[in-house]
Amino acid sequence: MTTAVELHGPPRVSGGGDEHGHLEELRTDPIALLERVRAECGDIGSFRLGQRDVVLLSGAEANELFFRAPEELLDQAEAYPFMTPVFGEGVVFDASPERRREMLHNQALRDKHMRGHAATIAAEVARMVAAWGDEGEIDLLDWFAELTIYTSSACLIGARFRDELDGRFASLYHDLERGTDALAYVDPYAPIDSFRRRDAARAQLVELVQGIMDRRAAEPPASDGRDLLDVLMSIKDEDGSDRFSADEVTGMFISMMFAGHHTTSTTASWTVIELLRNPGELDRVVAELDDLAASGAEVSYQALREMPRLEAALKETLRLHPPLILLLRVAKEDVAFRDVLISSGSMVGASPWVSNRIPEDFPEPRAFVPDRYVAPREEDRENPWTWIPFGAGRHRCIGAAFALMQLKAIFSVLLRDWELELAQPADSYQADLSKMVIQLRQPVRVRYRRREHPGGRA
Amino acid sequence: MRIAVDRDLCQGHAVCESEAEGIFVLEKKATTVTVLDRSPPEDRRAEVEAAVRYCPTHALTIIEED
Ligand code: HEM
Ligand code: SF4
Repeated sequence: MTTAVELHGPPRVSGGGDEHGHLEELRTDPIALLERVRAECGDIGSFRLGQRDVVLLSGAEANELFFRAPEELLDQAEAYPFMTPVFGEGVVFDASPERRREMLHNQALRDKHMRGHAATIAAEVARMVAAWGDEGEIDLLDWFAELTIYTSSACLIGARFRDELDGRFASLYHDLERGTDALAYVDPYAPIDSFRRRDAARAQLVELVQGIMDRRAAEPPASDGRDLLDVLMSIKDEDGSDRFSADEVTGMFISMMFAGHHTTSTTASWTVIELLRNPGELDRVVAELDDLAASGAEVSYQALREMPRLEAALKETLRLHPPLILLLRVAKEDVAFRDVLISSGSMVGASPWVSNRIPEDFPEPRAFVPDRYVAPREEDRENPWTWIPFGAGRHRCIGAAFALMQLKAIFSVLLRDWELELAQPADSYQADLSKMVIQLRQPVRVRYRRREHPGGRA
Repeated sequence: MRIAVDRDLCQGHAVCESEAEGIFVLEKKATTVTVLDRSPPEDRRAEVEAAVRYCPTHALTIIEED
């Protein structure tokens, strides 16, 4: 006997009585909101964001629905309105995430390019530590944010372009990332300070790029050293004028670098903090690196694949501190999950933060336990729909392999030659959750000292 | 053994191509993988298993046939 299932709407989480529903809570304490949805409503529950319902899914079964759904059902393009003013309106591939993905893919992210990137990244780290004395102090976030501007511009755009950048580009880029207040769901151009700084930073980046383009136009490069900017500048319209303005080129570069920049720099910062908070794990990672160095291995992609301790530490850092805590789509049709109806027009979300801490999948969910990735536990592979710092399925991060390679390359150089030490109380290192792009609350200070016996051998 | 690809999941990273050359290939402009040899010989099992293991989206599976 079959009975028709009665569908009902998703349960609504408590709170959210303001004009814009739960917007204020999302702007100030998103983690409390997301965790409460699961605690009160289970695998599917909703909160209110401006005029829209956001239906939050969590747990393996609900996440699988989210990550497998085709674009016609759950659309990603409309879900991140806070990005439009950052990339710029009308950027050539602004409209299509597919185009953006394709371009990155063909440019730089294929497996065969990784070896060259590993060497480039190692060289960029060396270039930045060259400015260090024998000991000193840095702000982790500033340092990694600048480093990853250089690495991502060198790997994704080209060495020539990277060589024309300095700290100014990184600091303007930081203002763009800070311009991602969730208020954009109501008004992306609301008169608030972080949006004004975002727009000013974008205009200044266009000026920087215009300057670079003017210099290049005056002195065209030899054909063998051409980078992506040279290629874009060589494309002409039918009447012979340049196809792409500085504004459009800047928009393309911003969008190519965006997904990989803050994600990698905050992960690098948190990795340092977690390793320094867990000295036993740090020792095991450093021993692994010393063994590799002793065997004479270069920092190449192949060597980077064989670093199980460092890789486990990175994965555990990503589980506990996923840089993206809320992934969003817009439902284009009615969708059912069990007996719950998600109505067309709702936003639908999945949360790496919430799913990565489900105790049934990740025992001791709040503890830093890299061993959970070692066979036979392999909790990331065992839980492909809930171990989701990189998302999953058809929109899974296409930069994941690059990101892990980059983080391994960075730490291979850094921890080989330097000892690090927390310069603040261990519990003073906190996430800054006030923007959709999550960073760390500054200051994030650590001390460095040159190792007496690099490689661990006297 | 037979190879199955979940087309919902494959993103065309070509990790499988590096792991098992000649069995998987990413054609120019293609967005998902082409399997050149759906039932590869047993002596290539280790490579195919590496492709399955390292495929970042878990799009590949080996189906055993007897
Ligand atoms: C630790 C570093 C990183 C983390 C944690 C991360 C995380 C993520 C997540 C969770 C998604 C899925 C978004 C969604 O489903 O809506 C994503 C997508 C994406 N990521 Fe990453 N990412 C990282 C590094 C990178 C890097 C280095 C690049 C490029 C070089 C990159 C490029 C992309 C792109 C283009 C997408 C969109 C894919 C699509 O929509 O099909 N990411 N990333
Ligand atoms: S590695 Fe996986 S996702 Fe990439 S092309 Fe092969 S099957 Fe597709």
